[in-house]
Amino acid sequence: MELINLGIKSIFIENMVFAYFLGMCSFLAVSKKVSTAFGLGLAVVFVLTITVPVNWLLQEKVLNQGALTWINSESETLKNLDLSFLSFIMFIAVIASMVQLVEMVIEKVSPALYGSLGIFLPLIAVNCAILGSSLFMAQREYSLAEAGVYGFSSGIGWFLAIIALAAIRERLKYSNVPDGLKGLGITMLITGLMGIAFMSFMGISI
Amino acid sequence: MSTETVEKEVKKESEALLSKRRRGLINDPLSDDNPITIQVLGICSALAVTTQMKPTLVMSIAVIFVVVFANLSISLMRKLIPGRVRIIVQLAVIATLVTLVNEVLKAFAFDMYKELSVFVGLIITNCIVMGRLEAYAMGNKPYDSILDGLGNGLGYAWIILAVAFFRELFGSGAIFGYKVFEAIGFSSEGWVGFDYQANGIMVTPVGAFFILGLIIWVQRTKTGYVEH
Repeated sequence: MELINLGIKSIFIENMVFAYFLGMCSFLAVSKKVSTAFGLGLAVVFVLTITVPVNWLLQEKVLNQGALTWINSESETLKNLDLSFLSFIMFIAVIASMVQLVEMVIEKVSPALYGSLGIFLPLIAVNCAILGSSLFMAQREYSLAEAGVYGFSSGIGWFLAIIALAAIRERLKYSNVPDGLKGLGITMLITGLMGIAFMSFMGISI
Repeated sequence: MSTETVEKEVKKESEALLSKRRRGLINDPLSDDNPITIQVLGICSALAVTTQMKPTLVMSIAVIFVVVFANLSISLMRKLIPGRVRIIVQLAVIATLVTLVNEVLKAFAFDMYKELSVFVGLIITNCIVMGRLEAYAMGNKPYDSILDGLGNGLGYAWIILAVAFFRELFGSGAIFGYKVFEAIGFSSEGWVGFDYQANGIMVTPVGAFFILGLIIWVQRTKTGYVEH
């Protein structure tokens, strides 16, 4: 039950885009068509579901103070060792290599999926939503199961947001927007309005 | 422009420390080629930290530091980096610099470190830094790269400071924590006779989207840039 609550909370109430502004770069750049937005959204859900638990393992078994005691539980040096200052470098390395790995696996297993996702996968390594989720996971001290659910559901939240925006922008092509507002400007305002809609979820207490 | 540049590269000795071309490297990103309003990069952190001026200022300084030194390091190494692994090398350089910033904040400004929380870490994925490394530092000399980094860092800084100015002014009626509206008489003892009612929406993410959208509108109308 706790896990379901966490899932709903991270999809709607603490939506990656509308509450934390994460992944905005690709959110704005790749939301011109629903089909491409769909592809990128799927890839983000996929990579988030994998990287957050993997980074959790890294955090708990390597980086935290005393985390390395599983090698030798007697050693005093290992008990006092605190590698958490390395977390940024380790997390981004895990994300970059996971993205590479996922790309290779998909290419072998399902060329059709690779065809539709392929070009978006490299983009994901520098999507702040991915690194952001790992950092939030570390900060909030989730358990492994929570980390998995959190990764998956924050991906879903991002996915819903980009699909919704892409659908609105497809309609927007036919409207008459002032020159200076075309493109990014009007998209920001629309995102703001969507944010107001998502704020209504804040009243829900779970 | 290209022939001029080539000529200047040839007689390198005579080029002034701040020649016209080099001043352009700093000036262009401030308006005509602004990383946020024109190139649409680095939006994430631009919005997240801007509820108040103080964290925004710290964030701008951190980003300027990271982009300048990342540009310098990559520019020095540009001939040694194999093309295939350049993204990883760039990420490693950026992550190292960001770790440095994070540790300094943790040691000397712990409150600020708590307040910025994950957003310092997210400078790693700030597209401005990556973008400048890919687009400029990989193919230019160290000194020019420093100027380019400085220009883009400042271009980023003034936009997020502008967003933070409006959000803090209307959201909490203050600038850098100083109660502006109270000072000009908006209080029960002042000449207006009532308090300034803080506009709650400015503190929420929604306010940031609106303010940035409007700044982009004004800025693009001024520079005449139209997106198709």
